[in-house]
Amino acid sequence: MSNTNSQDTLIVIQDLNKKFTSADGKVVNALENINLEVKRGEFISLIGPSGCGKSTLLRLIANLIEPTNGILTVNGHSADVARRNREYGFVFQSATLYEWRTVTKNVQLPLEVMKYSRQERAERAKKMLELVELSDFADHYPWQLSGGMQQRVSIARALAFEPPLLLMDEPFGALDEMTRERLNNELLSIWHSIPNMTVIFVTHNISEAVYLSSRVVVMSPRPGKIYKVIDVDLPRPRSAETLDSDGFFHYSSQIRHLLREVMA
Amino acid sequence: MITSKFEKEHTLRGVVCVKIVLRYNRQTELFRVLMLKNLSNRDNLTTLAYMIGILLFLVAAWEGLKWIGQESDYRLQLGPIDADLKVARDLNMPHLRDIWEAYREPAQRNGPPLIEVLLEAAVFTGKEALLGFTMGTVLGLVLAVIFVHSAILQRGLMPFVVASQTVPILAIAPMVVIWAAKADISDLGVPLIAAYLAFFPVTIYALRGLSDVPQTALELMQSYAANPLEILFKLRFPNAVPYIFTALKITAPASVVGAVIGELPSGIQDGLGGAIINYAQYYTSAPPRLWATNIITALLGILFFSVVALVEKLVVRWKANVN
Repeated sequence: MSNTNSQDTLIVIQDLNKKFTSADGKVVNALENINLEVKRGEFISLIGPSGCGKSTLLRLIANLIEPTNGILTVNGHSADVARRNREYGFVFQSATLYEWRTVTKNVQLPLEVMKYSRQERAERAKKMLELVELSDFADHYPWQLSGGMQQRVSIARALAFEPPLLLMDEPFGALDEMTRERLNNELLSIWHSIPNMTVIFVTHNISEAVYLSSRVVVMSPRPGKIYKVIDVDLPRPRSAETLDSDGFFHYSSQIRHLLREVMA
Repeated sequence: MITSKFEKEHTLRGVVCVKIVLRYNRQTELFRVLMLKNLSNRDNLTTLAYMIGILLFLVAAWEGLKWIGQESDYRLQLGPIDADLKVARDLNMPHLRDIWEAYREPAQRNGPPLIEVLLEAAVFTGKEALLGFTMGTVLGLVLAVIFVHSAILQRGLMPFVVASQTVPILAIAPMVVIWAAKADISDLGVPLIAAYLAFFPVTIYALRGLSDVPQTALELMQSYAANPLEILFKLRFPNAVPYIFTALKITAPASVVGAVIGELPSGIQDGLGGAIINYAQYYTSAPPRLWATNIITALLGILFFSVVALVEKLVVRWKANVN
């Protein structure tokens, strides 16, 4: 069924399970029987109520935690190898900038670890800051930036080494609605500008999920399962008009109903 | 392209101008950091005013108490108050003027003035303290780095590190000095005692700073497949720097105290410790000299502290409250 060598399949997840043992010795099924295939260039959102394991699934793909059992391959390798090959960039809910580094130096951090030359580091950081429109703040320290700007720096940092996969864990969850909308548009234009870049985006915001994604994965809690996968067939590029369209309304209410079902 | 002599000259002049401007900028930048941040800022001027005010108050209180003592024949009886003021006698509290005079008078017959003797002693003790401070800082950091990477070593060694600080420094100072002499490193005896006082806060604070790293900041490094050395130098250590400076502000003056205490049992005459012993012996006949020595010792400690505080301002420039 799955073909990990296929050119256009990036992630294959088969019968994946993740159990946690809590402090009092209870075993919690965080994820049960997850099956998902992600193609190159897709924009996928994981949505669901808290406890549905959407962040856990993202962290499994990132190899920040290990699955209990099941198959998980990224770019044809195990998640562990993919991490060592630096095949994804990760964006956390908090920007997680290093406060002792200027904006430029924060963007250069992965490049330093990956032993890029000084010149290449400078060039790439410059390019990435242009991409997120923060060139004027290159020499500022993180505390001098607003929350939205900090998150843009963290996106620039995740993309600095041009990974084929971008993993985002509720990146705009802590921002106000206006900033969130602007960053959504910025994220989409970045995604369009990098050919074949794949994004997996965890959110609990329905319109954000519909607006951004080519597919929305709705998850149900306790144990975390994939409840339904919705193909979002809205024209691109998406804009303010998308938000007012019947299609957008249709998908939003479909997902809202699904979420009501899984909460019941 | 440079075509004429005129243009060439102008280009050269331009280069020189740029160089001068650059150098000027660098100097003004340093000046800004050193001076503006410390003095011209209104808050800091207020601080300076307070410092002078408190100093004047202490001087007035000292001399005032002496005056009341003298006037009341050292027994103040005023209504319900019945206070013994013998403490204000010249033997216990010499006039500040006398302490000031003591600096200018020769310490020994036909010798140099006391201030010269004390400054030389301060340089001597300062070198010992600096060496001890450096050794203590290095030891403290090494222990912290070991502890943050090994929970077992931390649990196993930490009780001994804590126990080392419960032993009175006066009890081990003579032993250390004797061992150092036997090991033919007698110059290191006193610095070792200063280091003994200095390493502990560095270990405690640095360990806190090295381990007090947000989970996501660590996961970020994990996502780059960074090795432990990169995590140490790019995340843990920079994170610990403000903590380490807090420790160094404690250990810098403490290493001066350690050096002075180390001199006491070792019979070293050239430092402030030797001077303190010496002038303590003549205290009944000439109390101002011991006070004069104590003041120089305190100033040395303040100097150590101030240098650390200044370096902190230059290094930790990313914090909102420092900038």
